[in-house]
Amino acid sequence: MKPNLVIGCGAIAQELVALIKANGLEQRLEVTALPAIWHNTPEKILPGLKEKVTAAQQSGRYDTIYIGYADCGTGGLLDRYIADEGLERIAGDHCYAFYAGQAKFAELFEQELGTFYLTDYLARHFDRLIIQGYKLDTHPELLPMMFGHYSKLVYLAQIDDPKLDALAREAAEKLGGLTYERHLTGYGELGEFVAQAARG
Amino acid sequence: MSDEDEIILAELNDEELVQQMHDDLYEGLKEEVVEGVEILLDRGWTPYDVLTKALVAGMTIVGIDFRDGILYVPEVLMAANAMKAGMGILKPLLAETGAPKIGSMVIGTVKGDIHDIGKNLVSMMMEGAGFEVYDIGINNPVENYLEALEEHKPEILGMSALLTTTMPYMKVVVETLVEKGVRDDYIILVGGAPLNEEFAESVGADAYCRDAAVAVETAKEWVAKMHNRRASA
Repeated sequence: MKPNLVIGCGAIAQELVALIKANGLEQRLEVTALPAIWHNTPEKILPGLKEKVTAAQQSGRYDTIYIGYADCGTGGLLDRYIADEGLERIAGDHCYAFYAGQAKFAELFEQELGTFYLTDYLARHFDRLIIQGYKLDTHPELLPMMFGHYSKLVYLAQIDDPKLDALAREAAEKLGGLTYERHLTGYGELGEFVAQAARG
Repeated sequence: MSDEDEIILAELNDEELVQQMHDDLYEGLKEEVVEGVEILLDRGWTPYDVLTKALVAGMTIVGIDFRDGILYVPEVLMAANAMKAGMGILKPLLAETGAPKIGSMVIGTVKGDIHDIGKNLVSMMMEGAGFEVYDIGINNPVENYLEALEEHKPEILGMSALLTTTMPYMKVVVETLVEKGVRDDYIILVGGAPLNEEFAESVGADAYCRDAAVAVETAKEWVAKMHNRRASA
């Protein structure tokens, strides 16, 4: 019996693997990832994903392919593609929503529009993705232009790790002293997605 | 760069200086752009020529490279910042010399959305291209748009959104204009990362603008059409 495959964003690869291991699904589900830095340039996601899906289909190694992306700023283009290909993706607009849960995320969003969200991955790689990715290290004058309307940082934690908590707090400071909040969400809806992808 | 390599802007002839200003804009070098503007004005250039030949032409290159994925948001913001600094000198002079205005625009990010990088770029590029821009900021309910349209009576209404959850609000604004019987008084342009042409059509906008450079070109085309239509009416 061939395994299924999740082709997903690098920003959730570690979590996908952790869930597969925790549930003993190694024989049923494999993971391959695309660069997490595309978080900053969503227009790169679809072409990269198409290439990866085609390669996986042509390899003949997998039974069913699942997409480990939310809409992720592709403005529905990702959905159109996966509908054409008969694929399935994890629900929601972005990883914040599926970690927090769609309803909970909507609530957080309503509470404060100017909220910057972090996940474990984003907390871990904040400097590379956000500070360096947006050239704030060399051009701090861009900070108010990019993040001037944010007042709060919410860290949606997948695991309970004080080191990540400290990094997320630092991130809130680096974005201009945002109010800090942490919610331990665990893997949220990603858990059900992995279970479903393993079942096929 | 060593002192020997340093380019002295004042020593360049006009053509070289304009070329250098395009490069400086591309690199987002604010002080150099300001210096270039001042030198050209000292040499007797009209503010309008400095604006169009040095700044707008330079930003057009930035816009093209942004569209083609060569430049990204931080670089474009730096370039726009440099242009804004140059514009700061030119704006009062342009007002004094009565430079031609192509048209005017009210622009704002829709209700529920605080993302305004794209909108700000559009505002700056539109101003640079000779439009009068009234930027009403972020998180705008329909009332804000109506008020600004009533006050400024522009040809164009621009709306932006970054979130899939907020972009449907554009339809609320357009439908309100339809209900009030004033929809056709305005050219409605929409933009933002998750939007596309299909969406623009579905909310009743006139056009979708993929980026700031496209917004300027689209605005020019539609304003020309509007003027022709009015002239022949």
